[in-house]
Amino acid sequence: MSLFRTELRRLTKRRFTRYMTLLGLLVLAAVVVGVFFTNQKIGADQLARAERQADQQYQDQVRWSEQERAACEQAKKAGTATDGRFPDDCSVITPPPREQIEAEWFLPSTFNFRETFDETLIPFAAILGLVGFVVGASFVGAEWSNGGMMNLLLWRPNRLTVLVTKLAALLTGILAVTLPAAVLWFAGFWAIATFRGSTEKVTSGVWQSLALTGLRGVVLVLVLTTIGFALASLGRHTAMALGGVVAVMVVGQFGLGILLSMASVKFAEAWLLPTYVMAWMTKTVTLQNWDSCNATYYGECKPETVDITWQQSSVLLSVGVVVILGASLWAMRRRDIT
Amino acid sequence: MPAVLEIEGLRKTYKSRRRGTRNALDGFDMRVDAGQVHGFLGPNGSGKTTTLRTLLGLIRPDGGRMTLLGHEVPDALPTVAGQVGAIVESPQFFPHFSARDTLSLLAGAGEVPATRVDEVLELVGLRDRAGERVKTYSLGMKQRLAVASALLKNPKLLILDEPANGLDPGGIREMRTLMRTLAESGMTVVLSSHILGEIQLICDSVTIISLGRRVAFGPVDEVLAQHSSGAVRVRLEAVSDLPAATDALTRAGILVTGHPDHLMLAGVDKPASVTRLLAEHNLYVSELAPIAVDLESVFLELTATAPVPGQHRQVDESMKVGGTGQPGATGGGWGA
Ligand SMILES: Nc1ncnc2c1ncn2[C@@H]1O[C@H](COP(=O)(O)OP(=O)(O)OP(=O)(O)O)[C@@H](O)[C@H]1O
Ligand SMILES: [Mg+2]
Repeated sequence: MSLFRTELRRLTKRRFTRYMTLLGLLVLAAVVVGVFFTNQKIGADQLARAERQADQQYQDQVRWSEQERAACEQAKKAGTATDGRFPDDCSVITPPPREQIEAEWFLPSTFNFRETFDETLIPFAAILGLVGFVVGASFVGAEWSNGGMMNLLLWRPNRLTVLVTKLAALLTGILAVTLPAAVLWFAGFWAIATFRGSTEKVTSGVWQSLALTGLRGVVLVLVLTTIGFALASLGRHTAMALGGVVAVMVVGQFGLGILLSMASVKFAEAWLLPTYVMAWMTKTVTLQNWDSCNATYYGECKPETVDITWQQSSVLLSVGVVVILGASLWAMRRRDIT
Repeated sequence: MPAVLEIEGLRKTYKSRRRGTRNALDGFDMRVDAGQVHGFLGPNGSGKTTTLRTLLGLIRPDGGRMTLLGHEVPDALPTVAGQVGAIVESPQFFPHFSARDTLSLLAGAGEVPATRVDEVLELVGLRDRAGERVKTYSLGMKQRLAVASALLKNPKLLILDEPANGLDPGGIREMRTLMRTLAESGMTVVLSSHILGEIQLICDSVTIISLGRRVAFGPVDEVLAQHSSGAVRVRLEAVSDLPAATDALTRAGILVTGHPDHLMLAGVDKPASVTRLLAEHNLYVSELAPIAVDLESVFLELTATAPVPGQHRQVDESMKVGGTGQPGATGGGWGA
């Protein structure tokens, strides 16, 4: 217990932890502020203005088609070559019917809590996950590279306890930031919806689904933190975790993506990690293969599809965590500390 | 006296895929009794740090037995760790924390009362600079911080790997008195150092290691006595008698080196026999002085690392016991 408290104290004392957390929270705040200012509440005013704009556009269309028709008839009379610029029968040049120009198009963007809030949880989890990753990596990586780990082991020779306690302290710290941030995130967007959009039809079922998505976001943050920590501990250096990720993303994912698309592999995204992260957050990601045709009863061509579900993602994430963390624990037990 | 530290037949082989294997410890033995200040000496790369790391559980040995305070290690390390304070070869600290934070975090991890932090800071002379970041410390200040971290537990056994590294002359002397005071208060101190004058002054006993094996051990004066090569300086009443004396002594099988006003003898067991021998030839001795050897020369002799003019000795070229007795020549050194 004393070790846990000490590690928590070490974590919060580090400037890197403080700055990174602050930076992450500032980015999140910027997102909230940005969404607030780019959305508007739809009232009678806005509807009327949209109606006016739609009318305006309709008038423009009418004027333009009349001009065109006149030009067409004139060209027909003069017998000049039109190079197919006008149809044979000038009377087909007509404006679109009024009801096709919808006022809705001219409404300013508005924040509908029920429809859009769940999407905002993705950047929330991604930003805090990134913070967790680098903070976790540097927390243990710096300890390894500057000899702090060795000093600590002279006091607490039980290596696995030391590493696991460090991780526990780290996750506690990250959770202590993530949970209040999540609450603020919900509150912030609820406020945005209240003042700059609508909070209609947010039933308890919707709340439950949003809460579950939020929970999956928190889990994602913890998973990324653990992976950063375990990679840095495995490589005994912060840079190892960061380098490892760059290598995986650039070579593994980017390169693999190019390779797969060159080989025209079906459902290439199914091989890429971000797909699974998305699926984890949005419950399903549907991949489509446009090079195939599944004929429907109406003779339409539908692309072949594959669903990646959050359950599949959860398997992938668990296996990833178990393998990387397991390797770092195993190395911790076995290695010579020099 | 009970042994506080005991090592038998310790082996450690560093394996590297590219460079093959290196036997850093090759059946090393060591014993330190309670209440002693024990010097641990050896040339560069002889295995001192490896021994101490293995003892403290940082390195996994390939064979041998070790006990600390009567407990088998590494198995019993969790029980004895609280009583063993150690620094291993210029320890590093997190550069952005102050000395006080660093120590207070260690104290927290080891369940040592926080008041102890200020005590040890005072003890090593860092009191007034304890709030500054370690990054801004000089080498000697870092070394003092390291010693402070080892003393923090108020250990029964204190293991210091080159604690005097980087200390100023005043600091070295303070360290010396500190060691003595600690030993008088019942603490056992194991000290590895290359400053042999220091070791000779403060240590009760020594272990000398070369190429991973023990070449000498025991109380300092015994080690000195065993390896004083029996050098004796002789002066006679009349300088003109020196050639005759040389003659007589050489015939008795003693190695003699002549000097203008005295003779140096080597390989003399009992100085009295010299007096008797010379008296039998009617040569009268005016001075007969066994030459006191110092630890440095014994060390150089035992480890075979005395510099030879015109040669650049490479690391690992030192005494190999139990082997061929010749300096082993493996691996390179500086600039090699
Ligand atoms: N991590 C390592 N990997 C491979 N070989 C090592 C490692 N650490 C030490 N050695 C080798 O083991 C031998 C003993 O090294 P050690 O550090 O114990 O020497 P030392 O007696 O402490 O020397 P010094 O007086 O220079 O501090 C040396 O030959 C060294 O090269
Ligand atoms: Mg050393």
